[in-house]
Amino acid sequence: MIGTFLTRLFFAAVGLFMAAPIVVIAGVSINEKRSLTFPPEGFSLAWYGQIFTDEGWRGALTTSVLIALGAATIAVLIALPIAYALWRRVTAIGRAVQLLGVSPFVLPPVITALGALSFWATMGGYGAWYTVVISHAIFFTSLPLVTISLGFQTIDREVTEAARTMGANDRTILTTIVLPMIAPYIISGFAFAFVLSLNEYIVAYMTVGFTLETVPIKIFNALRYGYTPTMASVSILFVAVAVVVFGFVARFGDLPRLLGAWSSGDGK
Amino acid sequence: MSAAAPGTKAGGWREQAPLIFPALMLLAFFVVPFGLMIAVSLFERVAGGFYQPVLTTANYARFLSLFFGKILVFSLGLSALVSALCLIVGAPFTYLLTKLRRKWQVPWLVAMLAVLSLSEVIIGFSWSTLLSRTAGLSNLFVSLGLMDNPDAWTPGFFAVLAGMTYQAFPYAVLVLYPSFSRLDPSLAEAARTLGASPLRAFFTVILPALRMALIATFIIVFVFALGAYLLPQLLGRPEHWTLSVLITDQAIYQSNMPFAAAMAVFLVVTSLSLVLLTTTLGRKGRAA
Amino acid sequence: MSALELANVTKRYGSVLAVDDAVLDVPAGSFVCLLGPSGCGKTTLMRMIAGLETPTAGTIRFNDETINERPVHRRDFGMVFQSLALFPHLSVGENIAYPLKIRGRPRAERDARVVELLDLVRLPGVADRSVAQLSGGQRQRVAIARALAVSPKLFLLDEPLSALDAKLREAMQVELRQLQERLGITTIVVTHDQREAMTMADTIVVMKGGRIQQMDRPIVIYRRPANAFVADFLGQTNLLTAHAADGGATIADAPVPGLTLPAGCATAEVSIRPEDVSVEREGAAPLPATVEFVRDMGSAVEVYLATAAGRIVAQRAAGRNDLMVGDTVSLALDPAAIVVFPAGATA
Repeated sequence: MIGTFLTRLFFAAVGLFMAAPIVVIAGVSINEKRSLTFPPEGFSLAWYGQIFTDEGWRGALTTSVLIALGAATIAVLIALPIAYALWRRVTAIGRAVQLLGVSPFVLPPVITALGALSFWATMGGYGAWYTVVISHAIFFTSLPLVTISLGFQTIDREVTEAARTMGANDRTILTTIVLPMIAPYIISGFAFAFVLSLNEYIVAYMTVGFTLETVPIKIFNALRYGYTPTMASVSILFVAVAVVVFGFVARFGDLPRLLGAWSSGDGK
Repeated sequence: MSAAAPGTKAGGWREQAPLIFPALMLLAFFVVPFGLMIAVSLFERVAGGFYQPVLTTANYARFLSLFFGKILVFSLGLSALVSALCLIVGAPFTYLLTKLRRKWQVPWLVAMLAVLSLSEVIIGFSWSTLLSRTAGLSNLFVSLGLMDNPDAWTPGFFAVLAGMTYQAFPYAVLVLYPSFSRLDPSLAEAARTLGASPLRAFFTVILPALRMALIATFIIVFVFALGAYLLPQLLGRPEHWTLSVLITDQAIYQSNMPFAAAMAVFLVVTSLSLVLLTTTLGRKGRAA
Repeated sequence: MSALELANVTKRYGSVLAVDDAVLDVPAGSFVCLLGPSGCGKTTLMRMIAGLETPTAGTIRFNDETINERPVHRRDFGMVFQSLALFPHLSVGENIAYPLKIRGRPRAERDARVVELLDLVRLPGVADRSVAQLSGGQRQRVAIARALAVSPKLFLLDEPLSALDAKLREAMQVELRQLQERLGITTIVVTHDQREAMTMADTIVVMKGGRIQQMDRPIVIYRRPANAFVADFLGQTNLLTAHAADGGATIADAPVPGLTLPAGCATAEVSIRPEDVSVEREGAAPLPATVEFVRDMGSAVEVYLATAAGRIVAQRAAGRNDLMVGDTVSLALDPAAIVVFPAGATA
């Protein structure tokens, strides 16, 4: 039927639009020579190897990963208590802290970056590694906050009530019921924050841009000062990381549910 | 749903104790920097350095000049255009997506998340390559025989527009997703049994039923697009620079932090008012 | 004359057979109920009639035309959905007028028709209200009015009363039937509630596992169920095993005078309804039993009895509540009311 054909065409067009830049970069990344050409002339995976063999790129990758791990951890440590407190009881102050937690992400990134710059420049510590870890953590708090809050919603109140009648106190309920039940949401929140921190440029640049090099900073510098195909291969690497991480979240969790759909009761 | 956990005494401060650490962190590393930024916007610039704490409104005055006024109008207009494009393509796309079986929705959702998480640097790099004369679409067209000579389609307005729409599109889809997902599927079916073709049902029933969500999404994507700090720089000429680009430029390359801060404050005020508008609309939509 | 004919209609989802070879003839002007437990295929069948699903095999004919390929919006059937599917952004009147608007009818005609329909469903004067302001029962009527707006030839309702509370449901069942009689419109209702089906339908179609089990007038299905499933689904029944014996048959070694099994059957499953089991003094009837439980419902008395054939439920007239748990009694089974299922008749 024409409806289905047009729908397929529409999806194909959107898919093409989404994939086109990535396809081109992938093509560039396997180019044999050091030039920026497409379609690729010759085939070589050398530029992928470069990510790990070239000191600059390897260092940038390590820096990015370490910052991301730290930032994601702290973001979860900030988000979890907020979600927990609000689940126990909704209070004005709880809501206020929640609002604070979500705000950095809702505002244009440049704001957070500039705020971070002002802060660390005034406080001292500007350029130190912990500035970007903390600023990233604050910036990305909203992600685990959203996923973990969603996780709390799945806990049936009656489950905790039943535990209480069986003698469990708050602490026990927390460790034996709540945490295990929301663990997948903590993990997906961590995963989202991790991937976003890996890719984040402006906050990183404004805090540690002159002392450390993360991958996005290095790519940007390479764009300005000298092209190298490793830019393309590391970009593809990051795309792959995102796909793998979100794919895992989808595989072991209910991704549509996480993104707002009802939990699947039907086969749809 | 938001009642307190039963069995707990009302108002126990120990219950709220978990909030202490996050509150402190957020106060220290978000509220304070924010406040500091506002303060800096009122300070005097020190050439080559950061600033000195002498109060002045010169930064705002400079900002409200005609030159920057034009940049502001351009930023707002561009963001609106990007948001509109994302919605025009995104609304039907998200609708059709939610009608797929769950397991077919997942790859698309993963793809959207992956693109959404991509660094603006990577997106800028990809698009500038895609539209370049040596390594882009035009080369592909030449090799396919559709064009005679490769052409550079960047820098330029359409390059900026394309890049920003690319960046904002997954965001629009993911914001629309819950609303479309939760829509009663029998609404569209009822419309069809009443004589409306699928297209007619989409425009006369689905979209109107979700108009609050659509408006809210427009505003959210608008604010998101306002935040693009690299794409207009990488894909456009100086006349295409937006407010966010300018802020970055002033803060880093011109070493004029107070001025950058003043523009940032303005950007915040605009964004916050719009977000507030969204939440009030959301509340009205639920009450209606 | 049949308005709707289904010939060997089948619907397959992958390896799942949702509807298996359905054959159905719906005469014009009749009221048909598709009845069965959840998952039996009744809703899938209705959706295929409406055009919302396409049959994997078989043909659907309406007024002598095959409509398999006709899209939903050109079938001109009226349908009421389980969730009612009223458009939240339109007022009551606009909802009802929607099908007329789609067809380009002028404003005056639409307004007049809305008034007419609201009177028909006994909800006058609410045209300007928003849907959210109405109660469940009122929304129900609006959904019906909307489906009937363009005077469709076929009226389909998918579990229309399931969202209403018990009292309202009973009242609406009667009203729905009366409405249908007044309009004379061919109507098909999907329900899992057998009381509902028995109240409203001219013909009940009992379904299980995608197959039509029996299709007949309600009282015929009640008195002569085609198999054990139908017997058990419609009302209460006792399912027992009868054994052939000289000149007749026995149940739990007790002779049942007047009961014969089909030729060649040594045993058969039989069904007898509680109201056809008579509880007598000990020794007065062939089948000994002990009282396990007595339930006085006010309108009737139900007695649960333990027998050699397992548990048997008997129903006695109101007020006849002189039995106690543990009493030894005997049971007489009315042979005229016993339904024998030939071997292989169980669904």
